[in-house]
Amino acid sequence: MSEVLVYGYGNPGRQDDGLGIRLAQEVQDRQFQNVSVDSNYQLNAEDALAISQYDIVVFADASTNEIEGFRFSVVQPAADIAFTTHAMAPGSVVGLCHQLYCAFPKVYLLEIRGYAWGMAEGLSPEATDNLSLATSFLSPLIQNPVVERFDQAVTVSS
Amino acid sequence: MGKKITIEPVTRVEGHGKVTIHLDNDNTVTESRLHIVEFRGFERFVQGRPYWEAPVLVQRLCGICPVSHHLAAAKAIDVIVGAGTGDGLTVTADKMRRLMHYGQIFQSHALHFFHLCSPDILFGVDGDPAVRNVVGVAMEHKELAVQGVLMRKYGQEIIAATAGKKIHGTGAIPGGINKNLSIEERDAFLNGIEGNPQLTADQMVDWSETVLEFFKDYHRKNKDFIDGFASFPSSHLSIVREDGALDLYHGVIRAVDAEGNRLIDDVDYQQYDTIISEGVKKWSYMKFPYLTELGPEKGWYRVGPLARLNVCDFIDTPSAQREFEEFRAYTKGKPNGMSMHYHWARLIEILHAAEKMRELLQDPDLQGEDLVVQGRRQPSGVGVIEAPRGTLFHHYDVDQDDQITMCNLIVSTTNNNEPMNAAVNGAAVSHIQGQPEITEGMMNAVEVAIRAYDPCLSCATHAVGKMPLEVSLVDRQGNTIAVKQSNMSV
Repeated sequence: MSEVLVYGYGNPGRQDDGLGIRLAQEVQDRQFQNVSVDSNYQLNAEDALAISQYDIVVFADASTNEIEGFRFSVVQPAADIAFTTHAMAPGSVVGLCHQLYCAFPKVYLLEIRGYAWGMAEGLSPEATDNLSLATSFLSPLIQNPVVERFDQAVTVSS
Repeated sequence: MGKKITIEPVTRVEGHGKVTIHLDNDNTVTESRLHIVEFRGFERFVQGRPYWEAPVLVQRLCGICPVSHHLAAAKAIDVIVGAGTGDGLTVTADKMRRLMHYGQIFQSHALHFFHLCSPDILFGVDGDPAVRNVVGVAMEHKELAVQGVLMRKYGQEIIAATAGKKIHGTGAIPGGINKNLSIEERDAFLNGIEGNPQLTADQMVDWSETVLEFFKDYHRKNKDFIDGFASFPSSHLSIVREDGALDLYHGVIRAVDAEGNRLIDDVDYQQYDTIISEGVKKWSYMKFPYLTELGPEKGWYRVGPLARLNVCDFIDTPSAQREFEEFRAYTKGKPNGMSMHYHWARLIEILHAAEKMRELLQDPDLQGEDLVVQGRRQPSGVGVIEAPRGTLFHHYDVDQDDQITMCNLIVSTTNNNEPMNAAVNGAAVSHIQGQPEITEGMMNAVEVAIRAYDPCLSCATHAVGKMPLEVSLVDRQGNTIAVKQSNMSV
């Protein structure tokens, strides 16, 4: 069976920016077999090493894009020019993973739409609904983690 | 027709930057400004909250340097609970916090070098953007990139072990620390995290020396660029240990002018507001700190790695001290005003942090059980720390009901506001002025100048669709004629 990593990132002290972290917690609570969970404020270089050890990786992040609840896409390797420390785009993490570790996990991004970004813990009601939708979407996939099923579930082409 | 270049943000919630460069008819730079949208709402947000929450609450400020805010706030709250500063804490609490801080310095500096600095120096300021990035470094210099990743990971693991967790750590509490370092944790850091023989304290010291040599070799071959790019004299400020040693966690405030004369002579940081004022300019949200006695025109200063090595007298770890002596000798003992030497200083601090982590990990005080002290409650407290990017001030007043009534923060990037503007102007003059056509490489030169200072712009939130910086050229009539955006695309 494929080894899966669900990796949520964001700042839970900034309301809906914590959506990725909350999704990771939801997955953790459900204790799926062969599914590991991690979370952090930002993606960064060392995550290239982390994802190299899995077959399937799902990055989960809050989104300010005007999407319908959530969207799920394949992450393609990229080479961004960063202006400042200390965050990397998902594509750059994947690109670094390919180059440094010759590992080629299948990586997806689950964007969950957020609405409120103030200095407070807790999600807005709309974001809470979106989190529920996203969790319901992801759970059956990671319960039976087959790449083809993930690919078929992609909601937007990258 | 005159022209203007702008580099500006698009969507980030806060913590974004914009550079505007105004050009005259013959492409002469008439004005350059770095605008950073500083988010100061936290200072109001924290009012009314119990003071003991501050060390955790402040981590909402920034998802990039939460450890620095955590420790600066904890130091301020130490004063409020009567634990005092410095020697007021137990040795275990003091050393655990220091280990956390040096882990933060180590991972932050390592990431800055591998992620931001090395692409520019390996591929050139005007190198192909398709390869001038961290993935390009990985392709061309795989060993260097692998080391960078593992150095970053080591520092992150130190933080997790001392702060308790990666997100919203709780390690530092009023008057001390809430855990010591177990024997198992210590042994992992000394002998290899998760059994990885490369993730040891000794290896971190060795790799730090390797990367420093890498930079020095580049410097020898590219003196004109490293020494001349965005170079200008200034004053410098940092905290130093009372005996003058480099100390990134605790000390007294010292400032020197461009000739090395003392401007601030080892002042207790509880008195910071008697020596530092914050000016405002109508075109920027971010304040402009200055030494009160010298006024806003002459009193501005640099902070961060370059300033720290200009201000301190020595470093108390042997390898970093050796490098420090070479660094100081390069400018014949005078303060160093070369912006690109921030990278050199940062790498010496990486080495110092690695040596400090190794030293602390071998210290049995980290397994002590005496973690917290308290004393006579005080109405106000100031905490100062040398964060990776420079001096960070936290100041809180509390009432009799233990609620915070006032909060003032001066963050590292704010302290470097004026020098970053000077560096931007220097880069614009050297790379854009008089050029018939503006290229991506020329625009990147402006970013290179800012990157040397490692400003924290992408603070506090991270969400898909954010963009940290935009540079624009604007003509004399106010028309934007060129734009370069630094994206964080998916």
